[in-house]
Amino acid sequence: MQFRGRVWKFGDDIDTDVIIPARHLLTFDAKELAEHVMEDIDPEFPQKVQEGDIIVGGKNFGCGSSREHAPLAIRGAGVSLVMAESYARIFYRNSINIGLPLVECPEAVADAETGDILEVDTTEGFVVNTRTGQTYTAKPHAPYVQEIVNAGGLIEAVTERVRQREAESGATS
Amino acid sequence: MGLTMAQKILAKGAGRESVTPGEIVEVAVDLVMTNDVTAPLSIAEFKKTGLKSVFDPKKVVFVPDHFVPAKDIKAAGMAKIMREFAHEQGTLYFEIGRAGIEHVVLPENGLTRPGDIIIGADSHTCTYGAFNAFSTGMGSTDIAAAMALGTTWVRVPDTIKFVYTGTLPPDIGGKDLILHTIGKIGVDGALNSVMEFTGPVIDALPMDDRIAMCNMAIEAGGDTGIFPFDDITKGFLDQVTDGNYTPFASDPDATYSRIVEIDVTNLKPVVALPHLPSNVHDADSVGTDPIDQVVIGSCTNGRLSDLRAAAEVMRGHQVHPMVRCIVIPGSQKVAREAAKEGLDEIFMDAGAVFSTSTCGPCLGGYMGVLAKGERCVSTTNRNFRGRMGHRESDVILTGPRVAAASAILGHVGTPAMVESKAPVA
Repeated sequence: MQFRGRVWKFGDDIDTDVIIPARHLLTFDAKELAEHVMEDIDPEFPQKVQEGDIIVGGKNFGCGSSREHAPLAIRGAGVSLVMAESYARIFYRNSINIGLPLVECPEAVADAETGDILEVDTTEGFVVNTRTGQTYTAKPHAPYVQEIVNAGGLIEAVTERVRQREAESGATS
Repeated sequence: MGLTMAQKILAKGAGRESVTPGEIVEVAVDLVMTNDVTAPLSIAEFKKTGLKSVFDPKKVVFVPDHFVPAKDIKAAGMAKIMREFAHEQGTLYFEIGRAGIEHVVLPENGLTRPGDIIIGADSHTCTYGAFNAFSTGMGSTDIAAAMALGTTWVRVPDTIKFVYTGTLPPDIGGKDLILHTIGKIGVDGALNSVMEFTGPVIDALPMDDRIAMCNMAIEAGGDTGIFPFDDITKGFLDQVTDGNYTPFASDPDATYSRIVEIDVTNLKPVVALPHLPSNVHDADSVGTDPIDQVVIGSCTNGRLSDLRAAAEVMRGHQVHPMVRCIVIPGSQKVAREAAKEGLDEIFMDAGAVFSTSTCGPCLGGYMGVLAKGERCVSTTNRNFRGRMGHRESDVILTGPRVAAASAILGHVGTPAMVESKAPVA
């Protein structure tokens, strides 16, 4: 898939408590969560962020809690994708599972600044920074992870498997 | 080529002889857990699969513990979704008043067994590595998929071996060891890895301290922490299980991505200052700026030995007049045992609150939320910005002894600093 969006740059170790503080975890509605996304690191962020924007973080993005509310809040705010140097494991899984695209590209992260426009192709695996004209190669998804992405998310993949299993048991019984 | 204990458990779960770090495998799960924050989304996602029932109700467990006893109507609604689904499906369920914090309750009930693969929609699910299980945190959708299929996918992690040597000073506990370790390797020092805890110090370490160490493996980015099975593990499990489990040991020629040796002989009690668990300093070196609150409890340090350690420091003293001190037993069982020993009286005599079990304050949920500018010394596991309340509040992590001492002193301090003060009896 191809994306083009404006960058919001954050630092290393952006944790799930600043992405969506626990006081807002009484819902899993993405739009409601989006009203508070990143507010503990930048209180104006929920007002400033626009549809199609790109969040760029450093190392260990999404560390901390298992709360899927974190990628849900980011997606709910209209953010098209997150690019980082590396991701915390649970956040990575959660994002893939709910269909929030993630791109791992340390070189592009190092050069990106807030306000830059990035063009990202997650299928081909490259990032272009339109300000510098530089093109970067992004790390591809593992094939198993790509299957989840292609299915549209984990539950879609599981539902398809359940359907197949039932069709097979129906055929043999 | 030899395997680590974590690799062996994953290989068993995948029905294979061995697994290799980096590969993705599908494994059968022995226990799937969620709580009142994460379960409602898991249940909604599970229902999308069209399945009428979970793969095995005896292997699915729900624990309301984060916002309960319900702090408001929304929290009550979340807990209700979980309770109704649990009863409808006939899964394991632990109601408040009969249970407590998930990572305290599950071990108490013999549900965390050696060799098991346990996943939970709570990042501190890594706690159960203390019992030689492979246990790890995931999100709600992963848990929904596991409730449907009875399996999950895992990228086989590397293993980092931590070897603790030397003589453990008497006032150093598991929390000091893990904070020191995270301080050394950083909050992403074990990213995509298992932290295997070994060495002569570990061989003698009591169960509650092992639990506190595994609990915080996630704070170093680890998939999980894991301990070898030994007589101490067996002693705990003999009280709560039928002994029907299979422990796994690492092969002598197992491959580790890294070996980290830590001599504990000269360690001092430590604290992690805001806003990262890796910002570790000696507790007697951080000055005397006033604090506003102390929390003793949580899935990290809410067990009986933690409360005993805190009570020992607090006995005969008063909580500083400018400090709120909240003591939270990790479970109903811990509360009962603490009361039997009179620990509750020591805390209340000192002017502390002795509460029912809840995760509330740890995540700024309720019952101990910090105002702008407030500082809290806490035995919980995370001190990220805004974790316990206002974004301009501070959480300082430590073990139960330093927390109790700080409550009395009104600033970060050690039991030795309290002893130099005359008791207020």
